[in-house]
Amino acid sequence: MDAVTSAPARIILICSGKGGVGKTTLTANLGIALARLGERTVVLDADFGLRNLDLLLGLENRIVYTAQEVLAETCRLEQALVKHKQEPNLALLPAGNPRMLEWLTPEDMQRIVAMVAERADYVLIDCPAGIEDGFKNAAAAAREAIVITTPEVSAVRDADRVIGLLNTRGVAPVQLVLNRVRPKMMASQEMLGVEDVTDILALPLVGLVVEDEQVIVSTNRGEPLTLNGNGSPAAKAYQNIARRLRGEAIPLEDPSKARKGLRARLMNKIRKTTGLF
Amino acid sequence: MTLFDFIQRLLGRQKPSGTMAKERLQLVLAHDRSDLNPELLEQMRREILEVVQRYVEIDIEEGDVSLETEDRVTALVANLPIKRARPLPALVAAAAAVGMAQAPDPEAPQELAVPLASEPTEDPAPADPD
Repeated sequence: MDAVTSAPARIILICSGKGGVGKTTLTANLGIALARLGERTVVLDADFGLRNLDLLLGLENRIVYTAQEVLAETCRLEQALVKHKQEPNLALLPAGNPRMLEWLTPEDMQRIVAMVAERADYVLIDCPAGIEDGFKNAAAAAREAIVITTPEVSAVRDADRVIGLLNTRGVAPVQLVLNRVRPKMMASQEMLGVEDVTDILALPLVGLVVEDEQVIVSTNRGEPLTLNGNGSPAAKAYQNIARRLRGEAIPLEDPSKARKGLRARLMNKIRKTTGLF
Repeated sequence: MTLFDFIQRLLGRQKPSGTMAKERLQLVLAHDRSDLNPELLEQMRREILEVVQRYVEIDIEEGDVSLETEDRVTALVANLPIKRARPLPALVAAAAAVGMAQAPDPEAPQELAVPLASEPTEDPAPADPD
């Protein structure tokens, strides 16, 4: 990484409120995707109590220092940044050690992010679940945010709380990623639709990720889907999010409406003419 | 979707669960965002109806005061079908009552109910017009 930056880094908080909706998976995949597009990217695991970003990136055995040691000046920032082997534009910085649960304050977060931002184009902050101190710390240094949710009532409700908090903090823009989309269920209205969620949360959509078993496989391996460029639907979705973040206009297609099979068309016709289903 | 669900929907007896999810969310978020619990909302509804009743006769049964949200803005929406406007003396009494309302007088709302003697009100006994 070069020491000189031309534009200030984009500092993006990735949050959801509810746990288990895909924050860390998004952070890992987006980090790799941005790095592949030539952006110097640092992913910061702000969930230091239950950190997992290292595991998803396959970097769990390479962590020696954390932001904690950098702030205490027992090591240099370069030593704490864990560079990804295959994607040298990407580095991971764990905020802290799971054994030390009390040190991090919003000021600490602002200091470490400011240091990292000097040598990066993108800083992605993987936020812990919840809206308490962990969220407040993680959000302290964020300029913009991506809220990730799934089409489920609990996840959408929690996302709404988080959006409210981000708004009062003046974090902007806040964009939405809808994860674990099941086109079939959406088409038969047995799941909240894409428009339902965007209507309710009133956020611009930056990505739609369909439910994809490959995500589990990639997690098992510690190799984010965006790393190996396979054409799985989720991999494509993550890559598109990265490109949209950089300002590319890539259309978002609602997968529940994109089904062009005979059966789907027939069902649509029945739905429209009879008002049933 | 099971066959049973399918038939239920075919007969129009059951909404799709996605639609139910949206409706339930909209309701719960309106409350979350406004920090009003259902009890407070009900109290506010009653008080609003009381005030409106001073000026016009409304259909209490049909009256609806609820929270709605659009684009993250929560609005208090009141849908109160008006039967007819109050006759003039009633309006004067209502105006006087507004003045009185500043004094902490728990009797005030009952006195208001007086001019609408023919109207079935929630007050069991209309107060004396004096």
